[in-house]
Amino acid sequence: MCTVCGCSEGEVSIEGHHQGHGSTHTHGSHSHSHEHGHGHSHNGNHSHSHTGTYSSDTGHDTGLEETESVIVAEGDNLHFGHGPAHAHAPGLSQTRMVQIEQDILGKNDRYAAQNRQRFDAMSLFTLNLVSSPGSGKTTLLTASIEQLKTRCPVAVIEGDQQTANDADRIRETGVQAVQVNTGKGCHLDAHMVGHAMAHFEDISGGLLFIENVGNLVCPAAFDLGEAHKVAILSVTEGEDKPLKYPDMFYAADLMLLNKVDLLPYLDFDVEQCIAAARQVNPDIEVIQISARSGEGMSEWQGWIEQRRVARIRKRIDQLTGQIHQLEAMV
Amino acid sequence: MHEMSVCEGIIQVLEDQAISQNYTKIKTVWLEIGPLAMIENDSLRFCFDAVTRNTLAEGAQLEIIELAGQAWCLQCAQTVEIKKRYDACTACGSYQLQVTQGEELRIKELEVE
Repeated sequence: MCTVCGCSEGEVSIEGHHQGHGSTHTHGSHSHSHEHGHGHSHNGNHSHSHTGTYSSDTGHDTGLEETESVIVAEGDNLHFGHGPAHAHAPGLSQTRMVQIEQDILGKNDRYAAQNRQRFDAMSLFTLNLVSSPGSGKTTLLTASIEQLKTRCPVAVIEGDQQTANDADRIRETGVQAVQVNTGKGCHLDAHMVGHAMAHFEDISGGLLFIENVGNLVCPAAFDLGEAHKVAILSVTEGEDKPLKYPDMFYAADLMLLNKVDLLPYLDFDVEQCIAAARQVNPDIEVIQISARSGEGMSEWQGWIEQRRVARIRKRIDQLTGQIHQLEAMV
Repeated sequence: MHEMSVCEGIIQVLEDQAISQNYTKIKTVWLEIGPLAMIENDSLRFCFDAVTRNTLAEGAQLEIIELAGQAWCLQCAQTVEIKKRYDACTACGSYQLQVTQGEELRIKELEVE
Protein backbone atom coordinates (compact mmCIF):
# COMPACT_ATOMS: atom_id res chain seq x y z
CA MET A 1 0.00 0.00 0.00
CA CYS A 2 0.95 3.57 -0.16
CA THR A 3 2.03 3.87 3.39
CA VAL A 4 2.79 7.51 3.12
CA CYS A 5 0.09 9.57 4.64
CA GLY A 6 -2.34 11.11 2.27
CA CYS A 7 0.36 11.24 -0.25
CA SER A 8 0.57 11.41 -3.90
CA GLU A 9 2.97 8.69 -4.77
CA GLY A 10 6.66 8.87 -5.51
CA GLU A 11 7.64 11.40 -2.86
CA VAL A 12 10.20 9.32 -1.04
CA SER A 13 13.84 9.96 -1.60
CA ILE A 14 16.80 8.23 -0.08
CA GLU A 15 19.59 10.77 0.07
CA GLY A 16 18.52 12.55 -3.03
CA HIS A 17 17.82 9.44 -5.06
CA HIS A 18 14.22 9.96 -5.87
CA GLN A 19 12.20 6.83 -5.41
CA GLY A 20 9.98 7.04 -8.43
CA HIS A 21 7.36 4.46 -7.96
CA GLY A 22 7.11 2.66 -11.23
CA SER A 23 10.63 1.37 -11.19
CA THR A 24 11.57 1.40 -7.56
CA HIS A 25 8.16 0.27 -6.43
CA THR A 26 7.94 2.40 -3.38
CA HIS A 27 4.29 2.17 -4.03
CA GLY A 28 1.85 0.46 -6.15
CA SER A 29 2.39 -1.69 -9.09
CA HIS A 30 5.78 -3.15 -8.54
CA SER A 31 7.07 -6.51 -9.40
CA HIS A 32 8.20 -8.01 -6.16
CA SER A 33 7.34 -11.59 -6.38
CA HIS A 34 6.79 -11.80 -2.65
CA GLU A 35 4.01 -9.34 -2.98
CA HIS A 36 2.07 -11.70 -5.09
CA GLY A 37 1.05 -15.22 -4.74
CA HIS A 38 -1.24 -14.46 -1.89
CA GLY A 39 -4.18 -14.48 -4.14
CA HIS A 40 -6.24 -16.63 -1.87
CA SER A 41 -7.11 -19.42 -4.13
CA HIS A 42 -8.94 -20.91 -1.21
CA ASN A 43 -11.67 -18.43 -1.60
CA GLY A 44 -11.56 -17.90 -5.29
CA ASN A 45 -14.68 -16.80 -6.95
CA HIS A 46 -17.25 -18.29 -4.75
CA SER A 47 -20.30 -16.70 -3.46
CA HIS A 48 -21.53 -17.01 0.01
CA SER A 49 -24.85 -18.35 0.72
CA HIS A 50 -24.21 -17.77 4.39
CA THR A 51 -24.86 -14.11 3.90
CA GLY A 52 -28.32 -15.03 2.93
CA THR A 53 -29.02 -12.05 0.79
CA TYR A 54 -26.77 -12.84 -2.12
CA SER A 55 -27.05 -15.84 -4.27
CA SER A 56 -24.63 -17.37 -6.62
CA ASP A 57 -25.74 -16.64 -10.08
CA THR A 58 -22.50 -16.41 -11.96
CA GLY A 59 -23.19 -19.83 -13.28
CA HIS A 60 -26.82 -20.08 -14.07
CA ASP A 61 -29.02 -22.77 -15.36
CA THR A 62 -30.15 -22.99 -18.90
CA GLY A 63 -33.82 -22.78 -18.49
CA LEU A 64 -35.81 -22.23 -21.64
CA GLU A 65 -37.07 -18.95 -20.50
CA GLU A 66 -33.66 -17.43 -20.96
CA THR A 67 -33.83 -14.73 -23.52
CA GLU A 68 -31.27 -13.38 -25.89
CA SER A 69 -31.38 -10.04 -24.24
CA VAL A 70 -28.70 -11.09 -21.78
CA ILE A 71 -26.13 -11.73 -24.49
CA VAL A 72 -24.14 -8.63 -25.17
CA ALA A 73 -22.72 -8.48 -28.68
CA GLU A 74 -19.63 -6.48 -29.48
CA GLY A 75 -18.79 -7.14 -33.09
CA ASP A 76 -18.00 -10.81 -33.25
CA ASN A 77 -17.65 -11.12 -29.52
CA LEU A 78 -20.53 -12.35 -27.54
CA HIS A 79 -20.53 -11.76 -23.85
CA PHE A 80 -22.69 -13.97 -21.79
CA GLY A 81 -23.46 -12.96 -18.33
CA HIS A 82 -22.74 -9.29 -18.65
CA GLY A 83 -25.37 -7.03 -17.33
CA PRO A 84 -28.04 -8.20 -14.98
CA ALA A 85 -28.11 -11.94 -14.80
CA HIS A 86 -31.16 -13.61 -16.16
CA ALA A 87 -32.12 -15.03 -12.90
CA HIS A 88 -35.45 -16.58 -12.38
CA ALA A 89 -36.07 -14.71 -9.23
CA PRO A 90 -36.51 -11.05 -9.88
CA GLY A 91 -34.06 -8.68 -8.28
CA LEU A 92 -31.02 -10.93 -8.41
CA SER A 93 -28.02 -9.76 -10.37
CA GLN A 94 -24.44 -10.66 -11.21
CA THR A 95 -23.50 -9.53 -7.77
CA ARG A 96 -21.49 -11.96 -5.75
CA MET A 97 -19.49 -11.93 -2.59
CA VAL A 98 -15.76 -12.23 -2.40
CA GLN A 99 -14.04 -13.03 0.84
CA ILE A 100 -10.80 -11.16 1.17
CA GLU A 101 -9.80 -11.30 4.84
CA GLN A 102 -6.72 -9.25 4.19
CA ASP A 103 -4.98 -6.96 6.62
CA ILE A 104 -4.72 -3.52 5.16
CA LEU A 105 -1.28 -2.98 6.63
CA GLY A 106 -0.30 -6.53 5.67
CA LYS A 107 2.05 -5.38 2.95
CA ASN A 108 4.15 -3.37 5.35
CA ASP A 109 4.19 -6.32 7.72
CA ARG A 110 5.56 -8.57 4.99
CA TYR A 111 8.37 -6.13 4.27
CA ALA A 112 9.02 -5.88 7.99
CA ALA A 113 9.29 -9.66 8.25
CA GLN A 114 11.85 -9.58 5.43
CA ASN A 115 13.84 -6.91 7.23
CA ARG A 116 13.70 -8.89 10.44
CA GLN A 117 15.07 -12.00 8.70
CA ARG A 118 17.85 -9.93 7.27
CA PHE A 119 18.70 -8.39 10.65
CA ASP A 120 18.69 -11.86 12.21
CA ALA A 121 21.02 -13.23 9.56
CA MET A 122 23.37 -10.30 10.14
CA SER A 123 23.05 -10.51 13.96
CA LEU A 124 22.18 -6.86 13.75
CA PHE A 125 20.48 -5.36 16.79
CA THR A 126 17.99 -2.82 15.51
CA LEU A 127 16.20 -0.13 17.47
CA ASN A 128 13.42 2.08 16.13
CA LEU A 129 13.59 5.43 17.90
CA VAL A 130 10.28 7.26 18.02
CA SER A 131 9.34 10.57 19.59
CA SER A 132 7.82 13.95 18.95
CA PRO A 133 9.92 16.47 17.04
CA GLY A 134 12.38 18.24 19.30
CA SER A 135 12.62 15.61 22.01
CA GLY A 136 16.38 15.45 21.54
CA LYS A 137 16.59 12.19 19.59
CA THR A 138 19.49 13.18 17.38
CA THR A 139 21.54 14.74 20.18
CA LEU A 140 21.01 11.68 22.35
CA LEU A 141 21.88 9.45 19.42
CA THR A 142 25.15 11.22 18.59
CA ALA A 143 26.20 11.10 22.24
CA SER A 144 25.34 7.38 22.43
CA ILE A 145 27.17 6.61 19.21
CA GLU A 146 30.36 8.27 20.46
CA GLN A 147 30.52 5.66 23.19
CA LEU A 148 29.05 2.65 21.40
CA LYS A 149 31.10 2.86 18.22
CA THR A 150 34.22 1.65 20.01
CA ARG A 151 32.57 -1.71 20.71
CA CYS A 152 30.85 -2.62 17.46
CA PRO A 153 29.83 -1.29 14.04
CA VAL A 154 27.05 1.28 14.26
CA ALA A 155 24.80 2.56 11.48
CA VAL A 156 21.87 4.94 11.42
CA ILE A 157 18.85 5.36 9.17
CA GLU A 158 17.54 8.88 9.58
CA GLY A 159 13.93 9.56 8.72
CA ASP A 160 12.80 13.12 8.18
CA GLN A 161 10.36 14.81 5.90
CA GLN A 162 13.08 16.88 4.32
CA THR A 163 16.79 17.74 4.53
CA ALA A 164 19.82 15.56 5.22
CA ASN A 165 20.81 17.64 8.27
CA ASP A 166 20.39 14.82 10.76
CA ALA A 167 22.34 12.30 8.71
CA ASP A 168 25.11 14.88 8.40
CA ARG A 169 25.16 15.28 12.19
CA ILE A 170 25.41 11.51 12.59
CA ARG A 171 28.18 11.20 10.00
CA GLU A 172 30.26 13.69 11.96
CA THR A 173 30.57 10.96 14.61
CA GLY A 174 32.24 8.78 12.00
CA VAL A 175 29.55 6.13 11.55
CA GLN A 176 27.53 5.32 8.46
CA ALA A 177 24.20 7.08 8.05
CA VAL A 178 21.54 7.10 5.38
CA GLN A 179 18.93 9.82 5.23
CA VAL A 180 15.46 8.84 4.09
CA ASN A 181 13.23 11.76 3.24
CA THR A 182 9.63 10.75 3.39
CA GLY A 183 8.39 13.69 1.35
CA LYS A 184 4.83 14.26 2.39
CA GLY A 185 4.88 11.22 4.63
CA CYS A 186 4.74 11.18 8.39
CA HIS A 187 6.55 7.93 9.16
CA LEU A 188 9.09 5.46 7.84
CA ASP A 189 7.76 2.17 6.51
CA ALA A 190 9.45 -1.19 6.27
CA HIS A 191 9.98 -0.88 2.55
CA MET A 192 11.98 2.34 2.89
CA VAL A 193 14.13 0.69 5.55
CA GLY A 194 14.80 -2.27 3.26
CA HIS A 195 16.02 0.10 0.57
CA ALA A 196 18.18 2.07 2.96
CA MET A 197 19.90 -1.16 4.07
CA ALA A 198 21.43 -1.53 0.63
CA HIS A 199 23.52 1.58 1.31
CA PHE A 200 25.46 0.16 4.25
CA GLU A 201 28.74 -1.63 4.16
CA ASP A 202 28.98 -4.65 6.40
CA ILE A 203 27.60 -3.93 9.85
CA SER A 204 27.05 -7.53 10.96
CA GLY A 205 27.01 -8.04 14.69
CA GLY A 206 26.53 -4.35 15.23
CA LEU A 207 23.85 -1.84 15.96
CA LEU A 208 21.35 -0.21 13.67
CA PHE A 209 19.44 2.81 14.90
CA ILE A 210 16.41 3.86 12.92
CA GLU A 211 15.53 7.41 13.87
CA ASN A 212 11.92 7.69 12.83
CA VAL A 213 10.16 10.83 11.73
CA GLY A 214 9.28 12.97 14.74
CA ASN A 215 5.67 11.94 15.24
CA LEU A 216 4.02 10.14 18.13
CA VAL A 217 1.08 8.78 16.16
CA CYS A 218 1.69 7.08 12.82
CA PRO A 219 5.04 5.35 13.41
CA ALA A 220 3.33 3.24 16.10
CA ALA A 221 1.46 1.28 13.45
CA PHE A 222 4.41 0.53 11.19
CA ASP A 223 6.65 -2.35 12.09
CA LEU A 224 10.05 -1.84 10.47
CA GLY A 225 11.49 -5.19 11.52
CA GLU A 226 13.20 -3.71 14.57
CA ALA A 227 13.93 -5.60 17.78
CA HIS A 228 12.40 -2.85 19.93
CA LYS A 229 10.71 0.48 19.59
CA VAL A 230 12.23 3.01 21.95
CA ALA A 231 10.08 6.05 22.77
CA ILE A 232 11.92 9.19 23.71
CA LEU A 233 10.02 11.73 25.78
CA SER A 234 11.68 14.89 27.02
CA VAL A 235 10.78 16.45 30.33
CA THR A 236 9.89 19.71 28.59
CA GLU A 237 6.89 18.00 27.00
CA GLY A 238 4.43 17.25 29.79
CA GLU A 239 4.01 14.16 31.92
CA ASP A 240 0.66 13.11 30.47
CA LYS A 241 2.00 12.50 26.97
CA PRO A 242 1.82 8.70 27.29
CA LEU A 243 -1.91 9.08 27.88
CA LYS A 244 -2.33 11.54 25.05
CA TYR A 245 -0.51 9.28 22.59
CA PRO A 246 -1.12 5.82 24.07
CA ASP A 247 -0.49 3.79 20.94
CA MET A 248 3.13 4.79 20.73
CA PHE A 249 3.90 4.10 24.35
CA TYR A 250 2.07 0.80 24.07
CA ALA A 251 4.20 -0.19 21.08
CA ALA A 252 7.47 0.78 22.77
CA ASP A 253 9.47 -1.52 25.04
CA LEU A 254 11.62 1.23 26.51
CA MET A 255 10.95 4.85 27.32
CA LEU A 256 13.88 7.22 27.57
CA LEU A 257 12.92 10.18 29.70
CA ASN A 258 15.24 12.72 28.16
CA LYS A 259 16.70 16.08 29.21
CA VAL A 260 16.44 15.24 32.91
CA ASP A 261 19.20 17.80 33.56
CA LEU A 262 16.44 20.40 33.10
CA LEU A 263 14.23 18.97 35.88
CA PRO A 264 15.26 21.57 38.51
CA TYR A 265 13.86 24.31 36.27
CA LEU A 266 10.55 22.60 35.46
CA ASP A 267 7.38 21.46 37.20
CA PHE A 268 7.62 18.07 35.51
CA ASP A 269 6.49 15.20 37.74
CA VAL A 270 8.68 12.21 36.88
CA GLU A 271 6.70 9.71 38.94
CA GLN A 272 3.44 10.77 37.39
CA CYS A 273 4.93 10.46 33.91
CA ILE A 274 6.21 6.95 34.57
CA ALA A 275 2.85 6.00 36.08
CA ALA A 276 1.13 7.28 32.93
CA ALA A 277 3.44 5.21 30.72
CA ARG A 278 2.87 2.09 32.84
CA GLN A 279 -0.88 2.64 32.71
CA VAL A 280 -0.69 2.32 28.94
CA ASN A 281 2.00 -0.35 28.92
CA PRO A 282 2.64 -2.14 32.22
CA ASP A 283 5.82 -3.74 30.88
CA ILE A 284 7.54 -0.62 29.61
CA GLU A 285 11.04 -0.03 30.96
CA VAL A 286 12.10 3.52 31.77
CA ILE A 287 15.54 5.11 31.82
CA GLN A 288 16.00 8.71 32.90
CA ILE A 289 18.67 10.21 30.74
CA SER A 290 20.44 13.36 29.66
CA ALA A 291 22.91 13.59 26.82
CA ARG A 292 24.16 16.88 28.25
CA SER A 293 24.89 15.81 31.83
CA GLY A 294 25.59 12.19 30.96
CA GLU A 295 23.07 10.94 33.50
CA GLY A 296 21.60 7.56 32.56
CA MET A 297 23.91 7.14 29.57
CA SER A 298 25.68 4.11 31.01
CA GLU A 299 22.38 2.48 31.94
CA TRP A 300 21.09 3.04 28.39
CA GLN A 301 24.25 1.60 26.90
CA GLY A 302 24.09 -1.35 29.23
CA TRP A 303 20.52 -1.95 28.07
CA ILE A 304 21.66 -1.95 24.45
CA GLU A 305 24.82 -3.99 24.93
CA GLN A 306 23.10 -6.71 26.92
CA ARG A 307 20.56 -7.24 24.14
CA ARG A 308 23.02 -6.89 21.27
CA VAL A 309 25.32 -9.52 22.77
CA ALA A 310 22.35 -11.80 23.57
CA ARG A 311 21.32 -11.57 19.94
CA ILE A 312 24.78 -12.58 18.74
CA ARG A 313 24.89 -15.47 21.22
CA LYS A 314 21.53 -16.68 19.97
CA ARG A 315 22.79 -16.55 16.39
CA ILE A 316 25.96 -18.43 17.35
CA ASP A 317 23.84 -21.14 18.95
CA GLN A 318 21.71 -21.36 15.83
CA LEU A 319 24.71 -21.64 13.55
CA THR A 320 26.45 -24.13 15.82
CA GLY A 321 23.34 -26.26 15.74
CA GLN A 322 23.35 -26.11 11.95
CA ILE A 323 27.02 -27.04 11.78
CA HIS A 324 26.44 -30.05 14.03
CA GLN A 325 23.54 -31.11 11.86
CA LEU A 326 25.69 -30.89 8.74
CA GLU A 327 28.64 -32.66 10.35
CA ALA A 328 26.38 -35.53 11.27
CA MET A 329 25.64 -35.99 7.59
CA VAL A 330 29.24 -36.26 6.46
CA MET B 1 -4.03 8.61 12.03
CA HIS B 2 -3.56 8.30 8.32
CA GLU B 3 -6.93 7.30 7.00
CA MET B 4 -6.16 8.63 3.53
CA SER B 5 -3.25 6.28 3.02
CA VAL B 6 -5.21 3.43 4.57
CA CYS B 7 -7.88 4.06 1.93
CA GLU B 8 -5.27 4.02 -0.77
CA GLY B 9 -4.09 0.71 0.66
CA ILE B 10 -7.63 -0.61 0.45
CA ILE B 11 -7.95 0.45 -3.19
CA GLN B 12 -4.68 -1.25 -3.98
CA VAL B 13 -5.83 -4.53 -2.44
CA LEU B 14 -9.12 -4.24 -4.33
CA GLU B 15 -7.34 -3.64 -7.62
CA ASP B 16 -4.94 -6.52 -7.05
CA GLN B 17 -7.83 -8.82 -6.22
CA ALA B 18 -9.86 -7.70 -9.23
CA ILE B 19 -7.68 -9.78 -11.53
CA SER B 20 -7.56 -12.98 -9.50
CA GLN B 21 -11.17 -12.79 -8.39
CA ASN B 22 -12.40 -11.63 -11.76
CA TYR B 23 -14.52 -8.61 -11.05
CA THR B 24 -14.73 -5.15 -12.55
CA LYS B 25 -16.92 -3.27 -10.16
CA ILE B 26 -17.25 -3.16 -6.43
CA LYS B 27 -20.56 -2.37 -4.85
CA THR B 28 -19.84 -2.83 -1.17
CA VAL B 29 -16.71 -3.19 0.93
CA TRP B 30 -16.88 -4.65 4.42
CA LEU B 31 -14.06 -3.73 6.74
CA GLU B 32 -13.42 -5.06 10.20
CA ILE B 33 -11.94 -2.44 12.46
CA GLY B 34 -11.10 -2.72 16.11
CA PRO B 35 -11.19 0.22 18.50
CA LEU B 36 -7.39 0.02 18.94
CA ALA B 37 -6.57 0.12 15.22
CA MET B 38 -5.84 3.83 15.37
CA ILE B 39 -8.50 4.56 12.78
CA GLU B 40 -11.24 7.17 12.96
CA ASN B 41 -14.17 5.59 11.17
CA ASP B 42 -15.75 8.89 10.14
CA SER B 43 -12.49 10.10 8.72
CA LEU B 44 -12.09 6.80 6.89
CA ARG B 45 -15.53 7.14 5.28
CA PHE B 46 -14.72 10.66 4.18
CA CYS B 47 -11.42 9.57 2.63
CA PHE B 48 -12.94 6.47 1.07
CA ASP B 49 -15.37 8.50 -1.02
CA ALA B 50 -12.55 10.74 -2.19
CA VAL B 51 -10.06 7.99 -2.95
CA THR B 52 -12.45 5.67 -4.77
CA ARG B 53 -13.29 8.25 -7.41
CA ASN B 54 -12.34 6.98 -10.88
CA THR B 55 -11.54 3.52 -9.58
CA LEU B 56 -13.41 0.24 -9.74
CA ALA B 57 -14.81 1.06 -6.32
CA GLU B 58 -16.33 4.38 -7.35
CA GLY B 59 -19.64 4.84 -5.59
CA ALA B 60 -19.10 1.72 -3.53
CA GLN B 61 -20.67 1.54 -0.13
CA LEU B 62 -18.36 1.25 2.82
CA GLU B 63 -19.59 -0.95 5.63
CA ILE B 64 -17.55 -0.90 8.80
CA ILE B 65 -17.91 -3.81 11.18
CA GLU B 66 -16.80 -2.45 14.52
CA LEU B 67 -15.18 -5.19 16.55
CA ALA B 68 -15.11 -5.02 20.31
CA GLY B 69 -11.85 -4.49 22.11
CA GLN B 70 -10.96 -7.35 24.42
CA ALA B 71 -8.17 -7.97 26.82
CA TRP B 72 -7.08 -10.70 29.18
CA CYS B 73 -6.78 -9.45 32.73
CA LEU B 74 -3.77 -11.00 34.44
CA GLN B 75 -5.14 -10.16 37.87
CA CYS B 76 -8.58 -11.70 37.65
CA ALA B 77 -7.76 -14.17 34.86
CA GLN B 78 -10.64 -13.44 32.55
CA THR B 79 -11.41 -11.67 29.30
CA VAL B 80 -12.80 -8.19 29.73
CA GLU B 81 -13.98 -5.58 27.29
CA ILE B 82 -11.87 -2.48 26.71
CA LYS B 83 -12.51 0.61 24.64
CA LYS B 84 -9.17 2.34 24.87
CA ARG B 85 -5.56 1.31 25.12
CA TYR B 86 -5.22 2.27 28.75
CA ASP B 87 -8.59 1.20 30.08
CA ALA B 88 -8.54 -0.52 33.42
CA CYS B 89 -10.05 -3.96 33.92
CA THR B 90 -13.77 -3.48 34.34
CA ALA B 91 -13.85 -6.15 37.02
CA CYS B 92 -10.86 -5.38 39.25
CA GLY B 93 -9.49 -2.03 38.09
CA SER B 94 -6.04 -3.41 37.24
CA TYR B 95 -4.02 -2.12 34.28
CA GLN B 96 -2.30 -5.47 33.83
CA LEU B 97 -4.18 -6.21 30.64
CA GLN B 98 -3.10 -8.07 27.54
CA VAL B 99 -5.01 -6.97 24.49
CA THR B 100 -6.49 -9.99 22.71
CA GLN B 101 -8.79 -8.30 20.21
CA GLY B 102 -9.31 -4.81 18.90
CA GLU B 103 -6.25 -4.08 16.75
CA GLU B 104 -7.86 -5.46 13.59
CA LEU B 105 -7.80 -3.42 10.42
CA ARG B 106 -8.77 -5.65 7.56
CA ILE B 107 -10.92 -6.05 4.51
CA LYS B 108 -13.40 -8.77 5.29
CA GLU B 109 -15.36 -9.20 2.10
CA LEU B 110 -16.64 -7.52 -0.99
CA GLU B 111 -19.82 -7.42 -2.99
CA VAL B 112 -18.66 -7.32 -6.58
CA GLU B 113 -19.87 -7.74 -10.10
